[in-house]
Amino acid sequence: MARRFATRPIDSLGLESAMADRLLPFLVAAMSFLAALAFAGSLAASNFATHWQDSARSTLTIEVPDPTQPAGTPPAANPPATAPALSRQAAVLAALQRQSGVDHVKQLGPADLQSLLAPWLGHDAADLPISLPAVMTATAPRPIDLTALQTTLTGLAPGAMVDSGATWAARLGDLTGSLQASAAAILIVVALVAGAVVAVAVRAGLAQRRDSIEIIHGLGALDADIANRFASRALRLAFLGGAAGALLALPLLLWLAHLSAPFAAAVPLAAPPASGKLQELGQIRDSLPAILWGAPALLAGMAALIGWIAAQITVRGWLRRLI
Amino acid sequence: MVRFESVGLAYRHTGRHGAGRDGTPSTQILHDLNFEIAAGGFRWLTGASGAGKTSLLKLMYLAEHPSRGRISLFQTDISRVDRRTSSLLRRRIGVVYQDFRLLPHLSAYDNVALPLRLARKTEIRVRADVTELLRWVGLSGRLDSRPDELSGGEQQRVAIARAVVARPALLLADEPTGNLDDDQAQRLMLLITALNRLNTTVVVATHNTALIARHPAPVLELSAGRLIRHG
Repeated sequence: MARRFATRPIDSLGLESAMADRLLPFLVAAMSFLAALAFAGSLAASNFATHWQDSARSTLTIEVPDPTQPAGTPPAANPPATAPALSRQAAVLAALQRQSGVDHVKQLGPADLQSLLAPWLGHDAADLPISLPAVMTATAPRPIDLTALQTTLTGLAPGAMVDSGATWAARLGDLTGSLQASAAAILIVVALVAGAVVAVAVRAGLAQRRDSIEIIHGLGALDADIANRFASRALRLAFLGGAAGALLALPLLLWLAHLSAPFAAAVPLAAPPASGKLQELGQIRDSLPAILWGAPALLAGMAALIGWIAAQITVRGWLRRLI
Repeated sequence: MVRFESVGLAYRHTGRHGAGRDGTPSTQILHDLNFEIAAGGFRWLTGASGAGKTSLLKLMYLAEHPSRGRISLFQTDISRVDRRTSSLLRRRIGVVYQDFRLLPHLSAYDNVALPLRLARKTEIRVRADVTELLRWVGLSGRLDSRPDELSGGEQQRVAIARAVVARPALLLADEPTGNLDDDQAQRLMLLITALNRLNTTVVVATHNTALIARHPAPVLELSAGRLIRHG
């Protein structure tokens, strides 16, 4: 008997047990699951966009019509009078290779050009009675003066076009912004719904213990004494639900990461040959950003905080009706 | 300690039919009460059923606000205190309710321990005081029993133990001997008078004239919500 009364019971007012301990964690787990997906979606959109934007922004595509015609004379050039005339594609290629800040200049071969045009002209584009342009690609890691480059190339090959990919980069930026805003909106909605779920559970608990709370209030309990009992219970249940939901989301996230690997540079396209369990574990670890591995703890903490705040607001509001 | 100045209590009709028409109180329960009880005083509170005894006690233990007049408890005007101070004042008041008002999901021990735990007393002190008091009221073998496992008399004794365990400055009891036999009622009055000698102010509402005769003390008598006798 002495041991039984040696320490204060955790639920000494008998209020915490008023809150159902089954439904709330389950509902919070569902919210946490959705939040984990939205969070991962937001991160993925951000990562993909950064990668794609960098790639699109630095890529130059140059199109040279009538590539085999003799090149013109660039305004600043002073060629020897007896030099043989270069074709337009060769002149543009040479100009690009000389251009400061431009690397990896490459002309697409007939097969590349064929596959590029196939969606529009079919697989027999080379046999069509039309003059196909020469297409070259290059990279410009740092911003360059595209207007000057365009002028130079037009002088060599009238009608030559330089596409920097900046337009695509801007569009990708807009798309990423929209995706991230959507993910943020989903997270906010999920947080609000989780708060509402906790509030409903707390109100059910208050209704169940209404008489007891009035008695305890009459004995001199402060609002905080009562609210803290419900809030600590809500915090624990929401923490459990939040952690469970996020843990359940991890396998799905790993699968999605595997599916999206071809679109993200961070994830290897083909898994290297496994040489041990440690390496396999390393591959699994690397397939998600570090912050997503911390998602269970992060979401459990957020769920707990939401649970605690929602319970405090609900109980204190309810207690206002008592004198 | 307790001072009532021109205190009135009225209940407005609320609920589906709304507040009283033209805003006037619908039912006047108490009228123009004026009295004072000094610290360490003892008062019997008598009157016919419906005279307003329970309502008067409710005003004293801050379960109701007066519709008019002023109530001072412990030299504090209760109309000017915030919620926190009200709660702290309630901790200095022990109440034996007519319907016991025990928490059904707690044991007798935990019910009696409530005021001490709210006052954040150590569990050692809680254990000592609660077990001693429950032994004193004859319930040392029922510490773990829940209210629904106790008889009416046993529940009343638990309610009494809860009311006095924190040694309140003001003890209010509404028909505390209603479910007790003579022997238990006598033991209860011994406890109450002992507390009163230790300077606890006591107000006991009762119909029991024999009890009043055995323990002579000033009487507050109510009739239709008016104080018709004080002294």
